[in-house]
Amino acid sequence: MSATAEPAEEVTGPDAMVEIRSVHKSFGPLEVLRGIDLSVRAGEVTVVLGPSGSGKSTLLRTINHLEKVDQGWINVDGTLVGYRRSGNKLYELREREVLRQRTAIGFVFQNFNLFPHLTVLENVIEAPVAALGRPRKDAVAAAEKLLARVGLADKAGAYPKQLSGGQQQRVAIARALALEPKLLLFDEPTSALDPELVGEVLDVIKDLAHGGTTMIVVTHEIGFAREVADTVVFMDEGRIVEQGPPADVLDHPVQERTRAFLSKVL
Amino acid sequence: MSAQTEVPTPSLSVPPGEHAGKEEAPRIVPVRRTGRWAAAVAVLLLLAGALVSVVRNKAFQWDVVGAYLTTDSVLRGLGLTLWLTGLVVVLGFALGTVLAVLRLSGNPVLRAVSWGYIWLFRSTPILVQLLFWFNIGALYPQILGVDTVNLLSPIAVAVIGLTLHEAAYAAEVVRGGILSVERGQLEAAQSLGLGPWRRFRRIVLPQAMRSIVPPAGNMLIGTLKGTSIVSIIAVQDLLYSAQLVYHRTYEVIPLLLVATLWYVAITSLLSVGQYYVERHYARGTAGAR
Repeated sequence: MSATAEPAEEVTGPDAMVEIRSVHKSFGPLEVLRGIDLSVRAGEVTVVLGPSGSGKSTLLRTINHLEKVDQGWINVDGTLVGYRRSGNKLYELREREVLRQRTAIGFVFQNFNLFPHLTVLENVIEAPVAALGRPRKDAVAAAEKLLARVGLADKAGAYPKQLSGGQQQRVAIARALALEPKLLLFDEPTSALDPELVGEVLDVIKDLAHGGTTMIVVTHEIGFAREVADTVVFMDEGRIVEQGPPADVLDHPVQERTRAFLSKVL
Repeated sequence: MSAQTEVPTPSLSVPPGEHAGKEEAPRIVPVRRTGRWAAAVAVLLLLAGALVSVVRNKAFQWDVVGAYLTTDSVLRGLGLTLWLTGLVVVLGFALGTVLAVLRLSGNPVLRAVSWGYIWLFRSTPILVQLLFWFNIGALYPQILGVDTVNLLSPIAVAVIGLTLHEAAYAAEVVRGGILSVERGQLEAAQSLGLGPWRRFRRIVLPQAMRSIVPPAGNMLIGTLKGTSIVSIIAVQDLLYSAQLVYHRTYEVIPLLLVATLWYVAITSLLSVGQYYVERHYARGTAGAR
């Protein structure tokens, strides 16, 4: 294993938003990430594909430190996530510092995880007010703009359970955007939706992609990957099997495992 | 069963659509629930009988009940029962919440201490605990240089004893509530950069309350009635005030009825209050479609 991996300057390109190097992660005896290396340039959309259990969601969760890595390191915008480097050691950060780092990384969950006891508006302003200390008035004004952007300006006073799944996920996206993150992470954002609601959520994500937001999207939507992704990453059994532009990976996959996967889902 | 054989059999062979438009749609006749009616009548008769006997039996002495219901000593006792209940529930749930959080913490020592507390205070009868605190002076004649007997009045013993007992049960109620909140809620709050206190106060606890309120309402009502146990250490609560009167006048039943009526009245009020508290914490779910 490449245990000697260290945050070297030369691999961090000037426009690299995310640098993942030699990341390993196990849950008990099960090794779910077996040495992941990945770079994402600022403004680019990376779509991660792969079968269930391939480790793609876990990888995404390590990027905002919801899961701690066992080995390797992750840089977001030039800052180590979850650790402070001193000499050849990585010291785990205190929770307060990790929380501050997370405010620069938006995360959208498969099951939305909206706060059901708060209204849509309260969901969106919670983090700007509580985590960034913005004045409530400014946060409300910003939230109203974001809700308009995801097409839900008239739902500010509703509770999440009064909305459809697609609407809830769009609120969740607005909530993530409210922190003005440098990076957006999507963990199977349409997998919990009824088929007819997938489109409205993908449209919002596409809109963000065209607006130049850096994002990593774990999904099963091949069509979306083809249309929006700058880079498609195919993962299997905790490793990146193949990566490149969608035209290469989706239409002319080199690896047998990629071809087998695509033949099943296409 | 004979009713079924009266259905003209030829019509069964006709396809359902055939007669549509010509005939009216068949009327639905609900089944007769004779047993249900009979049971209701029997129970109502029994209830009426019981009511008549209660009203006509002079030994209930309803006039005495009325005379004592709002006397000063009874109202003072009621007042003590009310504030003792309130204090014990508030302090008990405060301590219980701390115990629940310790029990769920990542620190194994704190977890074990919380578990041990709950185990100990749930494993012994409240009566034994109260008598123990009442006699604590035998173990520690002096606390911080003051005679224990002077420091701990019967009322102080009642508050301490009931609160420590309440906290053990409250801890489990609160813990159950916290565990009922989906894990994704905490992850969402973490990924939004919310600090631990904010996560608990703003995200977890309000959602936990939905599961906490029904058993907590149960506990509140149980505590209101349970405070009557302090009469054994001569604290003048509602029951003891009634007892003081009947020890003098021997009107045992009417004075027990005085206490009963007050307990029923307060408990009923609390049940109504619980309904509104539950409705408050159900916001965001009640309108689910």
